[in-house]
This record gives sequence, structure tokens and C-alpha cells, in this order.
Amino acid sequence: MSSFLPPSERIWWKTPIGKEEVLWIGIALVWCLIMFFMMPYWHIYGKQNLSNEAYQTTAPRFQARVDEMVTQYKVGEEAGIPIVKPPAGSDVYMLGRLWQWYPILELEKNQSYRLHLSSMDWNHGFSLQPVNINLQIIPGYEMVITVTPDQAGEFTVVCNEYCGIGHHLMLGKIYVKEN
Amino acid sequence: MAQFRVCPDSGFYFDRSAESLMKANAVAGAVSLLIAGILGLGVILTRWQEVHLLPADLFYQVLTGHGINALIFWIIFFEMAILYFASSTLLRTRLAAPRWAWVGFALMIIGMVMNNIAVLQGNSSVMMTSYAPMQAAPHFYLGLILFAVGALIGCFVFLGTLVIARDDRTYEGSIPLVTFGALTACIIAIFTIACGAIILVPTFLWSIGYIGHIDAAMYRVIWWGLGHSSQQINVAAHVSVWYLIAGVLFGARPMSEKVSRFAFLLYILFLQLASAHHILVDPGISSEWKVFNTSYAMYLAVLASMIHGLTVPGSVEVAQRAKGYTKGMFEWLRKAPWGNPVFSGFFFSLIIFGFIGGITGVVMGTEQINLIIHNTIYVPAHFHATVAVGTTLAFMALTYLLIPVLFRRALFLPWMARWQPYVFSAGMTLMILFMLGAGTLGVSRRHWDMDFTGAALAFEYSGTAYTMMGVAGVGGVLGVLGGAMYLIVTVGSLLFGKKLDESAGLFQGFGVPLAPSVYNVDQPERLPMAPKLAVEQHGSGGMEAPGTFVLALALLVCFVVYYFINWDYLASVWPLS
Repeated sequence: MSSFLPPSERIWWKTPIGKEEVLWIGIALVWCLIMFFMMPYWHIYGKQNLSNEAYQTTAPRFQARVDEMVTQYKVGEEAGIPIVKPPAGSDVYMLGRLWQWYPILELEKNQSYRLHLSSMDWNHGFSLQPVNINLQIIPGYEMVITVTPDQAGEFTVVCNEYCGIGHHLMLGKIYVKEN
Repeated sequence: MAQFRVCPDSGFYFDRSAESLMKANAVAGAVSLLIAGILGLGVILTRWQEVHLLPADLFYQVLTGHGINALIFWIIFFEMAILYFASSTLLRTRLAAPRWAWVGFALMIIGMVMNNIAVLQGNSSVMMTSYAPMQAAPHFYLGLILFAVGALIGCFVFLGTLVIARDDRTYEGSIPLVTFGALTACIIAIFTIACGAIILVPTFLWSIGYIGHIDAAMYRVIWWGLGHSSQQINVAAHVSVWYLIAGVLFGARPMSEKVSRFAFLLYILFLQLASAHHILVDPGISSEWKVFNTSYAMYLAVLASMIHGLTVPGSVEVAQRAKGYTKGMFEWLRKAPWGNPVFSGFFFSLIIFGFIGGITGVVMGTEQINLIIHNTIYVPAHFHATVAVGTTLAFMALTYLLIPVLFRRALFLPWMARWQPYVFSAGMTLMILFMLGAGTLGVSRRHWDMDFTGAALAFEYSGTAYTMMGVAGVGGVLGVLGGAMYLIVTVGSLLFGKKLDESAGLFQGFGVPLAPSVYNVDQPERLPMAPKLAVEQHGSGGMEAPGTFVLALALLVCFVVYYFINWDYLASVWPLS
């Protein structure tokens, strides 16, 4: 009953603590520390980390760089969207807009690319399926990550940040070819 | 004129105006829950792909309303009732500035109605988060602002009441643990509302054209100071409710006042910073900042929750053992009143919050693991475990306690009340587990059509993902049924429940106090300190609550295993740097 009565001891902060509580707090604290060290550990030894590279940008500026890449490296078209095959190791661009990921990228397996992502209008979610990598794409910001596709095949970019009535139509593609 | 009544069943003293405010807030909360539940049914029946009930525009509209009514209106109205209870009733004092409290309540009602109208009109289907630059109608934001101002007034009335109680010396010693927890909730609420004001006021001005531009990244950072911290109010509030229920049902005393209060203090210091885990995969935010907020801030709050996870059931175990249920590890638990919805609701809330909500929250809040979870349906699965079961079920359990005590009515259809926590928990757990599974397979949240019908390009999720969403649908419908049972019992009790005291008639349930003759106490006796234990049990060689300790270790094992499974899963995706 004393949970809703004043503590039985006036100086309650000087009462001793029970054994299981001390033990449990110790265990929980150790576990919290392990979870803390896992993150820096993964930054050093793990292979899946986001870069800290990002820039402020504007929709026209980003669009211009996407267009430049498209004219230079276009190799085909699917459903009216250009397919682009930039050289391995280069900077590649993809933009999100209502309701499309543009353009379609063709990458080589086990090669690294500097992938630049931004949005032309609202927030979008870059959700690479079925790999399941999820990134927040924010208008006015350009995110740069180095990706190394280690599987060949067809991959889909689903938009997983709600962006209006056509949200469910917003798909993109990344094709990864064996080299 | 006497303004207090004493409840003959519980011994609680009710100040007349505090009582009316509690009733009004609780009823407004239940109305919000009703709206949220109906809309929630629309959401789950659409996400269940074989049913796919609503068209896209209606789905997003319904989803927006469901989120706001459930996560903001229902919870905060009910929390206002808890604040008034934890201050005025528990400390046996008059409420500070009841007129201001009514002004706050009126603002909250106006805000709630205004926001719901904006959503209903169809131009504000922006989700609860309303990420700029997607824009809602001005009264969408204004409604939220008015609601927040109203809640802020309620917080200050609560603080004022604590001051009055202290000045009038209505209690001996320190404030009770439950009031301390409510104070924690109140402090977090003030922080939350400040964040809300900082971001929603400019957003409102932007929506009417006074401000040209809202930075989309800044919006997310500050909005989450509102969006997640508001859920931390819930944690502090429902943990207090757990302690209260343990005290009322079992006469349980906190195992250690010091430990439990320290854990609440950790919430105040660190929980809000943990909001950073929403922006772990955003551009422009450094890893150091993310790791700091995840580990230093969030894990110290996690530590606090792990402490409460031991001390709440531990206090029940100690009380039960003192009554003679000492056989083996778990007789205390087996012989608990499982047929009493106050107990079953409390206990399921505790277990599901800890085992599912807590563990998934920490896992997805880890900087790198967030990459495989962000914005998938895993996220709503997590917060349905924390808020829709943890908080909501704790509040439901408290309602069953309050109907006789506060409203002075007997429960309507007690058999239905008895089954309600079981049906609600089973349904919600089913939904949550399978949504977690579907999220792991990449199914996205806030998405109308996992078939992508009509899209220029095509994509198909695995068959397992569809099955999981189907099972989640069944669970969700069952959960809504459990919610409906709660509303039938509560509304039925207010309207048709047997009157336990002389009543002011039909409307007494909706804010009007009981008949004047019931209020016959001028000034309650001073609240005494809890009686001292005959034998000091703490510090002795054996454990007081070995069963609870075993349960806590089981939680830890699940936690560790699941945590590393997710790292393993992360290691399988494309290398990124």
C-alpha cells in the first residue's frame, strides 16, 4: 500500500537496497554497456555503416547532376525511365520525386559506387528490397553512401515514407550484373 | 461548504472539482479511443491484403486520424485524469485553480475537435508526423497547438496542487511513489509541449503563408522531440499506474523507494534524448551524435525501464509471499487474481511492454540495425506493443478500478470485463508479432498497397510477407474487439451500472459530481506515512522475490539472443560505408 503513501522512512534515500535489485541493476548496466560498445565496434569492424557525408542542396542543382549522368551513361529504357550504367567506382545519382525513383541504375556486382540520394519535393523513403536497406530521403539534403552490391539480380526501391496519394506507385529499380 | 467525499471502498478522498475534472478527462479519453479504434479497424482491414477494404485516399485519411486520436488524444486526456488523481486524491488536497483546469480541458476539447475536422475534410492526410514540406490545412496544426496548450495548463494545475499540498501539510514526509512518477510524467510533458510549440507554431504560420520555408530535416529533429517524448509521458504514467495497481490490489510496497525513484529520475534526464533514434538514417546527422543519443541517453532510460520491470512485479511477489503464497518460485503468481481485469490487464501490460515493446525498441534504436528496420511495418508493431498494449492496457486496467471508486458505479457486464484484457492482449500480441515478422521481410509502414497495383515498375513481396500481414489482420480485428469490449463495459457502467452512492443523475458520469450530500468532509486527515515493516527484510541474505528475478533473467536472455540475431541479419545486407 505504500506505493501511494509517503515512504515509511522519512530519510528514504538512506535505506539499504535489496539483493536482487543490486544484482539486477548491475546486470542491466553491464548489458547497456555491451550494447553501447557494439555500435563503435561495428563502425570499425562491421561492413554496414552509414557515412557521415551529406550536403545541403536544391532540387534544380541535384536534378542537373542526375541529368548529366543520364545523358552520359544511358544504356536503355524501361517503362519510360532511362536505365543508366555508370562506370564502376564512380558517383551515381538517384532522385526521389512524386511518384518515381529516377533513373534505373545498372551496377556491377562487388564493385563500389558512391550513391547520391535526394528528394525533389517531399520526404521519401529509400527501401531497397528484398535486401532490406532503408534510408530517409529528405528534400534539400543530399546523402552520399558507398554501396557495394554483393548479390547479382533485380532489386527494387520501394518508397517507404508516406508521400501522398501515389505513394504506392513509387518504385525504382537497381539491376546488379555479374562482371 | 465541505468539498471532499471519502470513498467507502477505497478510502480515497476526492475533491469535488478534481473529481469532476477526472471524470470529464477520462470520458473524453474514452471517446478518443472509440474514434481511434474504429479508424484502426479500417487501417488493419486495408493492410490485410486479401481484404484490402478502403481506397487509397480514405486509407491515408483514416490512418492519420487513427494515429492522432490513439497516440495523442486518448492517452493525454487520460493522463490529465491521472495527474489530477495523483496530486489531489492521493495527497488529500484541494485542486489548484480548478477554473484554469477547466479552461485547459476546454482548449483540449476544441483542439481535438478542430484537428479531427481538418482530417475529416480530407486535405490533411499527412499522418500524425505531418512532415514538412507536405502541408496540412492550417486548422490541423492549430488544433494540435490548442490541445497542447490545454494540456500544459493541466500540467501547471498539477504542479500547483503539489505546492498547495506541501504548504497545507496534507501529508507526512515525502510524496508517494505514484505521485513521484506522475511528477516525472508532468516534467516530461512540459518538455514535450515545448518541443511541439517550437515546431508546430512556425509550421502553422507556414501553412497560412507567413513563413516561406520550413527546413525538412530540422522539422524531423524537433518534431520527434514532441512525437517521441509524448510517448515517454506514457511510459512514466503507466509505470506509475503499475505501482498504483500493485499497491491497491496487493498492498504491495515498493521494494526500495530509492531504486524506484532513481529509475524515474533517469527517465527525466535521458528519455527525451532518446527521440534521436527516429533519425538514425537521416542525412546530415553524424554517427557520433547518433551513438551518443542512442547509448548514453537511451540506454540509461532502458536501464530505468529494466529496473521498473523488476521492482513492479517484485513488489507484488513480496506482498504475495507475505500472505503465505511461498511455495516454489511462482505460487505467488499462480494464485494471483487472474479473473480480476485490474490484475490481468496490469500484468499483461507489464509483460507485453517489457518482452515485446522494450526489446524491439532497443533493437531498432541501435544506430546500424535501424538500417534494416527504419519505416518498415516493424516500427508500428513496436509502438503498438509499448503504447497500444503497455500504456493503453494499463489505463484500461485502471479504469476498472476507477469505475466503482471515482464514478461510484458497479461494473456493467462483469464477465465481459473479466475477459477483456485476455481478448485485447491476445489479439494485439498476434498482430504485433506478425507485423514484426513482415517488417523484417521489408514490408513498409503507411503503405496502401503491397501489390503496387498500377505502378510503372513491378515488385512482389514474398508469399510469407502476405501470410504474415493476413495473420496480423486477424489479430488486429481481435484487438479491436477487445477494445470494443472495454468501451461497452465502461460506457455501460456509466449509464446502467448499479449506483453505489447517491448520484447527481445520468450526467454525473460525464463530469458532474455526485449528489451534494455525498460531500461531507471539510478537511481530510493528514496522509500518514506508510507503516514501517515489522521485520526489516532488505539486506538479509536470501532474495525476497526470487520468482521475479527468474522472470527478469528470462527477459534478459530473450533480449540478448534477439539483439544478436539482428546484428547477424544486418551483416547479410549489402556493405555500406
